[in-house]
Amino acid sequence: MSFKLYKDRSSGENETEVGKVSEAMISEKQKKEYAEIVKQVKPKPRVWRNMFWAFVVGGFICLIGQVFYNYFLRLGLNLNEAGAATSSALVFLAAFLTGLGVYDEVSRFGGAGGIVPITGFANSMVASALEYRAEGLILGVGARLFTIAGPVLVWGIMTAWAAGILYYFFR
Amino acid sequence: MAASKKNGSQTVWFENPPVIISTASVVGPMEGEGPLGKTFDKVFNDTYCGEETWEKAEQRLMLDAMKKALQKANLQENDIDFMLAGDLLNQIISANFTARALSIPFIGLYGACSTMYESMALGSMLIDGGFAERVLVGASSHYSTAERQFRFPTELGVQRPMTAQWTVTGAGAAVLAGRGSGPVITHATIGKVIDMGQGDPQDMGAAMAPAAADTIARHFQDTGRTCDYYDLIFTGDLGSYGKKLAEQLLKQKGYDISERFTDCGILIYSGAQDVHAGGSGCGCSAVVTCGYLIERLKAGRYKRLLGIGTGALMSPCSVQQGETIPGIGHGVVIEAR
Repeated sequence: MSFKLYKDRSSGENETEVGKVSEAMISEKQKKEYAEIVKQVKPKPRVWRNMFWAFVVGGFICLIGQVFYNYFLRLGLNLNEAGAATSSALVFLAAFLTGLGVYDEVSRFGGAGGIVPITGFANSMVASALEYRAEGLILGVGARLFTIAGPVLVWGIMTAWAAGILYYFFR
Repeated sequence: MAASKKNGSQTVWFENPPVIISTASVVGPMEGEGPLGKTFDKVFNDTYCGEETWEKAEQRLMLDAMKKALQKANLQENDIDFMLAGDLLNQIISANFTARALSIPFIGLYGACSTMYESMALGSMLIDGGFAERVLVGASSHYSTAERQFRFPTELGVQRPMTAQWTVTGAGAAVLAGRGSGPVITHATIGKVIDMGQGDPQDMGAAMAPAAADTIARHFQDTGRTCDYYDLIFTGDLGSYGKKLAEQLLKQKGYDISERFTDCGILIYSGAQDVHAGGSGCGCSAVVTCGYLIERLKAGRYKRLLGIGTGALMSPCSVQQGETIPGIGHGVVIEAR
């Protein structure tokens, strides 16, 4: 017996499929022609300029990290401990600057240079915490703290698992 | 029988053109610092506008604009037959909650950023249809409420592409009346929802330009006018690239309006304010119309204006599900009297 999708009660007909809800009045050809015009008018992203500033800003953040790292080593921490302390210091600094409303300017200017380092991760957490504070501690901050960082964690950890499995079989 | 007050397929004309007896505009600090800063009635120096949350701040903007418009016309809430308003937030809370504070019979509207023009068109129909003597219309938007609903937390560091626009923090309101002195609304052209397959939420000018161009061309066909009839034709928030696209599309249809064509999103900010393609949001066309443009009409600088409120009709959900962005444009003709 074939499954019928719906029965039209006015005509008594049994139907097996529906038309597209997004059936448009505009043809694919028209859309393509318009896309061409948009392509001409749309400004090209300033890739070289953005890359330059991402390098400078990201490099500067790493430089600050290196200064912290050397300082912690001199205080007598071992390599692992100094690394952890450096990450903590950078996370604190980025969180603090996010609270002051400064870090978004750093990334706006530096692009990936501000987003990729651990400071960008701290920024994504604190920005969400600040943003959703108005909706309360549980459904606001609690539920939405990982709005931005969540996908990075989920797929970052998944990738690490995949890499670990590959490493186990092919090392 | 064809409707007696309809011209062509999309345009209505008003037998007794409703009068814009007063307008008011309330904006945030950035708009106050912009080139049109002096034309706004009230400028807050903080985006929270003295409230606890940004949502409340947006209500504050709309409530103050509505009250200011009433005050400038020497009217009380109970002198108004209907209030027509809308905004960008889920369930149009800014408009609903403002109506709660004003206690005027209320019709909530959603036309995305075209809402101000939608409200003026409908308000005029109510008045010329004999259903109302005075109608309060308005729309609002707020950079931070829009940002958190449609994009990212405000303090998140992101780099915006050059086509991105900046949501205007502001609200505009107007009192339309059957009688009185002031500029009048003579025609309205109701737009169709048009989707040319653009899907980039960071380039809404490209999504809305075809709808704006379609409404402008339709208006000329319906009224038999050309762009020479108007001193200025302006769109709500196409931004600099969307404006170029609309011009090109109109040229293809045989209308060259580039000499007298501008966009509220371009007017409201200066290049130094780093807003990329320009302003956007319901507040953009609302405050520029209720402030700057009406002021210039009253000063005699312009006599006849054709304004097109433009809206991108997507939601965060539709964008995430990969849908393209449909646009709409509503046209309203405002003439000095």
